[in-house]
Amino acid sequence: MTDLTNLGVKAIRDGVAGGDFTAREVAEAFNAAVADAADLNAFIVTTPDHALAAADAVDAKRAKGEDLGTMGGVPIGMKDLFATKGVQTTAASHILEGFTPQYESTVSQNLWDAGAGMLGKLNLDQFAMGSSNETSYFGNVASPWKKDGTNAAMSPGGSSGGSSSAVAARIAPAATGTDTGGSIRQPAAFTGICGIKPTYGRCSRWGVVAFASSLDQAGPMARSVEDCAIMLEAMAGFDPKDATSLKMDVPAWEAGLSADLKGKKIGIPKEYRMDGTDEEILKSWEQGKEWLRDAGAEIVDISLPHTKYALPAYYIIAPAEASSNLARYDGVRYGLRDLPDGAGLQDMYAATRAAGFGDEVKRRVLIGTYVLSAGFYDAYYTQAQKIRTLVAQDFEEAWGECDAILAPTTPTASFPLGSLDKDPLTMYLNDVFAVPASLAGLPAMSVPAMLNGDGLPLGLQIVGKPFDEQGVLNAGLAIQQRAGFDAQPEKWW
Amino acid sequence: MTSYRIQGATGEWEVVIGLEVHAQVTSNAKLFSGASTAFGAEPNTQVSLVDAAMPGMLPVPNRECIRQAVRTGMAIEAKINRWSRFDRKNYFYADLPQGYQISQLYHPLVGEGSLHIEADEKAGIAEDKVIGIERIHVEQDAGKLMHDQHPTMSYVDLNRSGVALMEIVSMPDMRSPAEAGAYVRKLRSILRYVGSCDGNMEEGSMRADVNVSVRKPGEEFGTRTETKNVNSVRFVMQVIEYEANRQVDVLENGGTVDQETRLFDPNTGTTRTMRSKEDAHDYRYFPDPDLLPLELEDDFLDECRASLPELPDAKRARYESELGLTPYNARELTAEVETFARFETLLAATANGIGKPEKDVATQVANWALSVAPGVIKSLGEEANPAHATAEAQASILDMQAKGEISGGQAKEIFEIVLKTGRDPEEIAETEGLKQVSDTGAIEAAIDEILANNEDKVEQYKGGKDKLFGFFVGQTMKAMRGKANPAVVNQILKDKLG
Repeated sequence: MTDLTNLGVKAIRDGVAGGDFTAREVAEAFNAAVADAADLNAFIVTTPDHALAAADAVDAKRAKGEDLGTMGGVPIGMKDLFATKGVQTTAASHILEGFTPQYESTVSQNLWDAGAGMLGKLNLDQFAMGSSNETSYFGNVASPWKKDGTNAAMSPGGSSGGSSSAVAARIAPAATGTDTGGSIRQPAAFTGICGIKPTYGRCSRWGVVAFASSLDQAGPMARSVEDCAIMLEAMAGFDPKDATSLKMDVPAWEAGLSADLKGKKIGIPKEYRMDGTDEEILKSWEQGKEWLRDAGAEIVDISLPHTKYALPAYYIIAPAEASSNLARYDGVRYGLRDLPDGAGLQDMYAATRAAGFGDEVKRRVLIGTYVLSAGFYDAYYTQAQKIRTLVAQDFEEAWGECDAILAPTTPTASFPLGSLDKDPLTMYLNDVFAVPASLAGLPAMSVPAMLNGDGLPLGLQIVGKPFDEQGVLNAGLAIQQRAGFDAQPEKWW
Repeated sequence: MTSYRIQGATGEWEVVIGLEVHAQVTSNAKLFSGASTAFGAEPNTQVSLVDAAMPGMLPVPNRECIRQAVRTGMAIEAKINRWSRFDRKNYFYADLPQGYQISQLYHPLVGEGSLHIEADEKAGIAEDKVIGIERIHVEQDAGKLMHDQHPTMSYVDLNRSGVALMEIVSMPDMRSPAEAGAYVRKLRSILRYVGSCDGNMEEGSMRADVNVSVRKPGEEFGTRTETKNVNSVRFVMQVIEYEANRQVDVLENGGTVDQETRLFDPNTGTTRTMRSKEDAHDYRYFPDPDLLPLELEDDFLDECRASLPELPDAKRARYESELGLTPYNARELTAEVETFARFETLLAATANGIGKPEKDVATQVANWALSVAPGVIKSLGEEANPAHATAEAQASILDMQAKGEISGGQAKEIFEIVLKTGRDPEEIAETEGLKQVSDTGAIEAAIDEILANNEDKVEQYKGGKDKLFGFFVGQTMKAMRGKANPAVVNQILKDKLG
């Protein structure tokens, strides 16, 4: 049975449909793998029954000759930022510990409707704030990867660290992620898997615990570009319950996959060649260019002049929105309430939020509150919004010269847990290459390129035009085929 | 011109007033959720997941609320902003589940407009006046805290949470309590004409934040105070009167007026400090990232405009010019939606029944609607069943009166019976003998007899004692037991007496 857990989305779906194995066998195999992987701490709660019930439904449909759905029989991990009806949803926070929604997020519902089942709720950085999965109230997530010759637990990246760890460790064939400023792409790069953040508005935000509303986007994380295409197709779609949802049909991304890039121009932004970027990362970037050229694309140099302002602007806009979005966690209606003896309303707020939020969340709420305050608003928030516009304009201009952009996903490979947690600014730099596409709302994907000298995965990032997920996936596929990345972490958990 | 002035020890003070009226938008659903807005439901039974700010819930604008606010803006001849945006106003309170109110600070839906108030000598408004309106924006209402349900806890009712409000902000253009009262009444009337707000101040559908400052005439504006949530016209006027006098006292005693938020106590008619400027919240307004800017298209605006009814000022002018009503009647009839609606229905039914143009019967119908009918209803008190006062019944009475079949007195008597019993007016006229006799034969016979019996008076009349004409009319009416048509009686008498 163990070989079933080596299968990805497409292989499982096609295998179930073709009768090679049953959906139940797949679900049981992954449930067992999940149960065996507590050391990774990838899941906050496991839901084996959910996976089995979904599998049985698919098997029953197959027996009746009915359509199994585009994800039929595929059990997945669900980032614990998506509200799941009847299953605890915490955003990895103490303040929402024990909170069980009476509703199902649109994205998770779309996946269940496509025949997928749920293995459990995946750990993450608290409220999706973090780049290492060290801010969860439910403990750090460990990457299945180790640096050659060391035994230190490595970061799976963040905030979708439970997702990346689970998929890389093959305890889930795929998982949902959310990406606000790199939270799908950076963990995917750290763990040698694929992850795509679609155009802002493709996936409904309804039922996803909000971090920064103007940036948050859900997307799939899986071990191949094809699997990402299949799963994104199931997740995406217009949702009247989300006012920022794109009113567009979902393209047939899976059917449209093609690694032939003839006639396509791939831009190489010179501003991404930053100080402090790892030599091996730069080498992988060069290699990426070669692969895409080999696939028929023309490589062109482009400029995105406002790149260096993107990260600071992001760290104003995202905390500003978060400070407001997290105001609802106040102890009044649900979640944690800390009501000291004789306390009034203000005391209850203070005690509840002090106990319920972790340090990184508090840091960002404070930053956000500060930058929106009277007297500082124009200097910070208004300026940051201007930069956001300029960053978006940079891309607009770039599209005159190229069809997609190739860049590293991260400036470094994964690092040991605990090595950066005292230094938030260095931690924030992890997302320096990911944030510009987030600010511009563009589709962007990370695909694995190679292992570095320490045996750790490195990812390459493709950024596409608005709504051109197909172009991004196709370039990703071209890299995937040429990189031939098949390294697997050695099981230690 | 007599201006409203506070007489202080140091001379006269002028009062400067601006009003922020919060009007609940008439719509079945809340501004950003599908939850119902009906008043008076059990606590927390009209709360959606969005209203309760559950994790991951998102607001989606309710088009009908936007439409009503746009129509209101059009009714005050305001600039409609085709591009507007929602902002978050952040503060913590137990009745505010999101921790912020979705409002519009930077780019409101409706820009500058104006509202006309009329001269009213009795109320102390010397002349017609135009009050500027700065803006109308739409925003969410908060929930309600109940402090009297438990000895140590407060309860929260979220039924009102998320209900759509229009905040209608005036310029500081009013100078007396009477002007402010007239402004609120006129605004309420327009909202009710447009149908964008029911104007029910008792149920909190309309409430005002009252900004008051005082100054010596001609000087710069003074520091203002804002008294929150005042929920009747009378209270608005009381707040202004109290605040203006309080501020004059403070200033004349060498103090300064603090810019602060105050509360009105209806029991004492006074205001008191709610929070000072130092305690003022920093609301950290910023554009709501859950919502796209609101962009209004031509079709939408066209529909809003086309669906506007005739508004109070236009209707009043038309009543005077087309229907020939007096200014007083025109104003009285157009002040309230119900009044003009009843009048227009009755007018149409009466004109139709009599077969004359509306303008020929408008004055008769106006007098009936404004004075005769209300008089009868009032005199009957509890005996009257207003449901019986249908337009058909009243038109039927007015029809009989116009045709001379019944007198004015008979019309009232018939209406009384209608109100008590709901019987058909024509049937009442027949069976109760409440009809004038217009039969010239019967009247002529009665007159002949009277003239024969009063030959002396006939002589005197013919000799020039014109006043005796009234005597002959009175005798005839008496002989006819009051049921003769006076016009017919007059005509025959004139013929016979030469």
